[in-house]
Amino acid sequence: MAFDFGVFCKNTLDGEVVDHCFSAIFGLAQNADPSYLDWLMKAWAWTLAVAGLSLVIALILGVLMGTLRTIPPNSILNKSLVRLSTAWVELFRNIPILVQVFLWYHVIPAFVLPLKALPSYCLVSIALGFFTSARIAEQVRAGIQALPSGQASAAIALGFTTSQSYRFVILPMALRIVIPPLTSESMNLVKNSSVAFAVSVPELTLFAMQAQEETSRGVEIYLAVTLLYALTAFSVNRVMALIERRTRVPGFIVSNDASLAH
Amino acid sequence: MVAAALLFGAVNAYAASPTLDKMKSSGAVTMGVRESSIPMSYTTGDSRFDGYHVEVCRMILADIKSNLGLSTLRINYQPVTSQNRVPLVQNGTVDIECGTTTNNANRAKDVGFANTLYVEEVRIAVKANSGINSISQLAGKKVATTTGTTSVQLLRKHEKANGVNFDEVFGKDHADSFLLLESGRADAFVMDGSILAGNIANSKNPKDFKIVGEVLATEPIAIMVPRNDPEFKAAVNAAIAKIVANGSMPKLWDKWFLKPIPPKNAVVGLELSPATKNAWANLNDRPAEDYAKK
Repeated sequence: MAFDFGVFCKNTLDGEVVDHCFSAIFGLAQNADPSYLDWLMKAWAWTLAVAGLSLVIALILGVLMGTLRTIPPNSILNKSLVRLSTAWVELFRNIPILVQVFLWYHVIPAFVLPLKALPSYCLVSIALGFFTSARIAEQVRAGIQALPSGQASAAIALGFTTSQSYRFVILPMALRIVIPPLTSESMNLVKNSSVAFAVSVPELTLFAMQAQEETSRGVEIYLAVTLLYALTAFSVNRVMALIERRTRVPGFIVSNDASLAH
Repeated sequence: MVAAALLFGAVNAYAASPTLDKMKSSGAVTMGVRESSIPMSYTTGDSRFDGYHVEVCRMILADIKSNLGLSTLRINYQPVTSQNRVPLVQNGTVDIECGTTTNNANRAKDVGFANTLYVEEVRIAVKANSGINSISQLAGKKVATTTGTTSVQLLRKHEKANGVNFDEVFGKDHADSFLLLESGRADAFVMDGSILAGNIANSKNPKDFKIVGEVLATEPIAIMVPRNDPEFKAAVNAAIAKIVANGSMPKLWDKWFLKPIPPKNAVVGLELSPATKNAWANLNDRPAEDYAKK
């Protein structure tokens, strides 16, 4: 099968070859008609924007909900917070992501009118962020429960309040433990962002479906899109690996480096 | 009779047609159909398929069957999608595709097209009370269209050429695009006239919507056949010529576009356009590019 990657240097209006592939973005050529490569880059930017915004939402809510699931239920307030966080996790991880995206886009704005004014990429990011936060919450909970119970007891013995012991003792250790599953979850988020095409965010998947119809060069288009998704997810992986190395406490987590072990 | 005799002779003379050979030896043919392209080609439930193009194809295959001298010809229906229809015809899984495929120069590199029997006009659907009557009134409005269709490119060209700026919103399929219009997420839905009419006919309140404005583009929708099989294509075109000559086409139009059709007995309500009438009068397989030049 012969590949023809020249399709990316054609313009999106009439399929003529443009002078510079990056004509529109960098203003290299006088013609303002964007090429398929320009469009691909723009679509990639949308994918990054949706994935980035949802990652912020997912991390904040995930750590919050995961922590709340483990607090001691010793008062009415604490009990209701535990219930709330449990309900959160069960609600958002039991509904398929595509259905959640449609709920946020078509159904919820019908009841909560201000949401109608939000652009679709915000609504998709909320849907993706909430969905992923439920999964991150479970990982954070597992990380907290993996700590020896003596750590929490020691924090109380030192006179820390519950919030102080979480802030200074439990969370700093638990969050280090959960970095590897968090890495997978962040990479999943990049890939899950492809559902945004369903509510008209012009991201990579939408580009692929539309451009292959216009150019009939589906193989080349899908190869390029695959490469960008893989590249994005792998970059997330490398950034997380860097964070994992930088934040490691020597001797705490069993390491491959024998000299660091107890 | 003369035409039939000529065709019969032609088929025998060029026995090298792979598709006709396959039909002769297996007594079966695979027809590519769409599942929800009402009223062109769609399922009526229980793996049954019907529609304007499907019925035309059945007539064509009946004609070929009698020319081949077969006593029976079993038709296997193979549902296809926009993404897989061209590859399935290319690799021989589907012998004849009777859906809603635009005949264009790009596709003609991979597959063959029979003579056009339906010319699609791209139109605008709006809410009946919106006050929008033409494309120039769409400035600053949200315009919905479906991902993976030629209408997206068409809108882009139109925007560029006429300087009318509008926001595009994309549905993932026609039902989604129509939902965008219905729920107020979009002010207009630009798509093939038959799809607009079909979606409106099947909506909760068909009276709330109307099709307005100028024709944005005309595209020939044609029956797809394998590219490397000119004898089969000639046989299909000969059958089409017969069907047109005996006056079946206006009756078929009436049946599928203006009368209640199964399964819901809804009426599509799309009048026969001059472009389609012209295609019947001057049978041809010209691609969409030729229509654009006019």
